[in-house]
Amino acid sequence: MLDFLARVGRVFLSFLAAAGRLALFALRALSHCLRPPFYLRLVGRQMIDIGYYSLPVVGLTALFTGVVLALQTNTGFSRFSAEGAVATVVVLSVTRELGPVIASLMVAGRIGAAMAAEIGTMRVTDQIDALSTLSTNPFKYLVVPRLVAGTIAVPALVLVADIIGVFGGFLVATYKLGFNPAGYLGQTADYLRSDDVISGLIKAAVFGFIIALMGCYHGYHSRGGAEGVGTATTYAVVSASILILLFDSALTSVLF
Amino acid sequence: MAAASKIAVRGLKKSFGRKIVLDGIDLDVGERESLVVIGGSGSGKSVLVKCILGLIEPDGGSIAVGGREAIGIPSREREKLMQKFGMLFQGSALFDSLSVWENVAFGLIQGRGTERARAKEIALQKLGAVGLGPEVGELRPSELSGGMQKRVALARAIAAEPEIIIFDEPTTGLDPIMADVINDLIVKCVRELGATAISITHDMVSAHKIADRIAMIYKGRIIWAGRKEEIDRSGNPYVDQFIHGRAEGPIKMEVRAL
Repeated sequence: MLDFLARVGRVFLSFLAAAGRLALFALRALSHCLRPPFYLRLVGRQMIDIGYYSLPVVGLTALFTGVVLALQTNTGFSRFSAEGAVATVVVLSVTRELGPVIASLMVAGRIGAAMAAEIGTMRVTDQIDALSTLSTNPFKYLVVPRLVAGTIAVPALVLVADIIGVFGGFLVATYKLGFNPAGYLGQTADYLRSDDVISGLIKAAVFGFIIALMGCYHGYHSRGGAEGVGTATTYAVVSASILILLFDSALTSVLF
Repeated sequence: MAAASKIAVRGLKKSFGRKIVLDGIDLDVGERESLVVIGGSGSGKSVLVKCILGLIEPDGGSIAVGGREAIGIPSREREKLMQKFGMLFQGSALFDSLSVWENVAFGLIQGRGTERARAKEIALQKLGAVGLGPEVGELRPSELSGGMQKRVALARAIAAEPEIIIFDEPTTGLDPIMADVINDLIVKCVRELGATAISITHDMVSAHKIADRIAMIYKGRIIWAGRKEEIDRSGNPYVDQFIHGRAEGPIKMEVRAL
């Protein structure tokens, strides 16, 4: 029994230590965000990587999410003759919840992994040490641009995903379910409020920060060659995905 | 010991967990002197230079660079101090995402704020100094051979004309001819820049070629230091075993039966 308790205690303590290290890493990164030099060129490059190059995968995911949502909602609502609410359910679900969460999960898989692999490789091949010897703070050069770009680019991406998701619902509703196009769009516009979109974008900014933070943190602390980089990449994606869902619950209860 | 120490290390200690890597290192490197630190794998050579560069925080002791303490200084001061240093890493550590000339010019552009066009001019000039043409400047590091990567790393280390240059295993993994080319380049660059150099290696040919003085590290301590001409008659059995590459001697390798 004591052995079991000791084991549980050790796991709990190592969890707390890891959480503490991550919090210190995040605070250090935030403090560097406010102090020059600022590598705006690198921020721009990261925004293109995160935002522009993720558009196809996020767009496709959003489109099918909208399509499936419209179909499933119609199936359920038709059982008590409430098909008229399909457009409203689609637009609110996409903007408030599915757009930010699904787009962020896709970005976590694509970008979080890439960040961890790139920074991790730099770590195990001494490139991060080389930055220090060239009078360049690796934190400012590698971590800060990714955090800033993630926090700005993911909301922009989610805005596009929202539009494509709603469009997916519109397509299936009008072409397959027989909705009147003007009526569907009118209902979408009537029930959509700006704070629905804004709350989704706030979530997206937090998720973008989390994705970049986990990618940078695990990459920065990777050890032991190719295996270490592989492990860092896995941890970056898994931890970002879990934190996205965790923060989604927390933000939803705060924002609504 | 050198008359005026450019770098003075005193009682430097570093452990990783229970493993003691540096156990009270005392070392002096004089102005414009080329010191080579020799020692077996895992003897603490790389940790020593990483401590000097501030990449690893030592557990105790002091490191003075140009008479000023370098341990525990704020990061801003550290970045300033690093402008005195150039470093050639064992694996070259070139940035994959940048072209060769951008690698060489990196310290000038990011560390010293040199204008890009001027930095490129200097980078191509330094590439020329290590025997690489301007066409190489536009390539990516992954397109170069190991020897060329080493030369690019050397060009990067000397690009900002540092006061102190550190070479970590500069000839490891190179064929004998390329190793000799790198040794010659190191001697030429250090002489032309009037720099202080610390090299770590277990290649005795390289050590003889680039050193003014040699120090041997064993089990985290400097067990012998002297002019390179004196090493063959050091009278130290550890040094003798190491420089002659003998399996028999006081340095034991733990080998188990098959």
